[in-house]
Amino acid sequence: MVEQLAEETHLGVSSCYQCKKCSSGCPLTFAMDLLPDQVIRLALLGQEERLLGSRTIWVCSACETCTTRCPNGIDIAGVMDWLKEEALRQGKTAAQPEVAAFHRFFLEGIRDNGGRLAESRLIRRFTLFRLWRRPDVGALLDNLKIGWQLWRRGRLRLGGPPALQGKVEIGRLFANSRLSTP
Amino acid sequence: MKVSYYPGCSLEGTALDYAASIAGVTRFLELELAELEDWNCCGASAAHSINHHLALALPARNLALAEAAGCDVVVPCALCFNRLKAAEKALAGPEAARLQVTYQGNIKIWDLLDYLTQEPRLEKLLPKIAQPLTDLKAVGYYGCLVARPPAVTDKSDYENPQNLERLLEVLGATSLDWSFKTDCCGAGLAVARPDIIDTLVQRLYERALAAGAECFVVSCQMCQANLDLSQERISKKFGKDYHLPVFYFTELIALALGHPQVPLWLSKHLVDPRPLLQSKGLMAPQA
Repeated sequence: MVEQLAEETHLGVSSCYQCKKCSSGCPLTFAMDLLPDQVIRLALLGQEERLLGSRTIWVCSACETCTTRCPNGIDIAGVMDWLKEEALRQGKTAAQPEVAAFHRFFLEGIRDNGGRLAESRLIRRFTLFRLWRRPDVGALLDNLKIGWQLWRRGRLRLGGPPALQGKVEIGRLFANSRLSTP
Repeated sequence: MKVSYYPGCSLEGTALDYAASIAGVTRFLELELAELEDWNCCGASAAHSINHHLALALPARNLALAEAAGCDVVVPCALCFNRLKAAEKALAGPEAARLQVTYQGNIKIWDLLDYLTQEPRLEKLLPKIAQPLTDLKAVGYYGCLVARPPAVTDKSDYENPQNLERLLEVLGATSLDWSFKTDCCGAGLAVARPDIIDTLVQRLYERALAAGAECFVVSCQMCQANLDLSQERISKKFGKDYHLPVFYFTELIALALGHPQVPLWLSKHLVDPRPLLQSKGLMAPQA
């Protein structure tokens, strides 16, 4: 895994000396099952299964604090991204299926709208997905309330943006991306 | 000098108020921002999380468009700015060939806050101020991606930026020191894991209040939405009664310059900032 990381992404992890500065500054450790320094350590040890199945890689918010502060210049947030993509590539079930679905709906939204994202369509699709997985009337009502408040203020457009002149070009970028759509 | 403008998707949607205040302020300051023709979504968190190719290819197309237009490009969204900068770096490295766009790197990518507060623009603002924002106590909140990581953003003051503080000083407001100005609000997880947001954002409310703040000032519409839209929910969850308006910095510039549209923009916020401004005599009472 270390070699693959280094080769495919120029993301070297072998210079880590476990100072734990990444984990100390991380604002999301309360929601993680592995600390960022443990992710790097496990990558070095080749513990692929534990990493690809971890919650941490999905709840990392990519705030880039760890990457910024690493004294050895390791792009820790970049490693988290690589692991997410690798998990999907291997057909693993994401430990945070809702986060993975949100990302996928977002990208498919850009593609299907011809280049720009329609926020309201994304939220609609995601809300239906979540409702189907876990019917939670309270959360649904909360969302509907915010939606209504935005709508009243003219901040919610139900339609999408117009397709771009470069729609075909955008379609080609997606075709070349091998976006995995399970 | 003319510059290109890359608004990003949310400024066409939920952040219409930010877009309107930017148009208002730049017109007032006689700056020409020409929207980049046929720009596309930068891919945002979704692309860099699960598709490395799209994470660079989507913003790279915009850079090619911007360079062909021949001007520097200004970006109001922190995330879009970050993705465009990431593509700029990739296009100067070994991944360039795979991205298949024509881009020489001859234009500068600005984030809007830097662009509007660069020297000597900030000093030139001073004589134009019609109404100093006296006694308005605010904390500047930058969020993550406009500054981090510096290898991508090319920023030097990424741990303790000062643009917002300097701006607030020029506008006559009181900017308060606090240690959370570049801490993450988790906006990228706001839809999929709102419970995480509750913890992150409540901490920001508490720290802002501890610093003595009455409001936040932000330069990112994701931070704005996250701090503004969830405030009622978070108040309920923690049994508190938070009322911390979240201003865009452009709204406060416009307010100090005496722009007539400010009350309209502010009426789009969920946490209504108008009572605070009225109590300071900075806005006429509503009829």
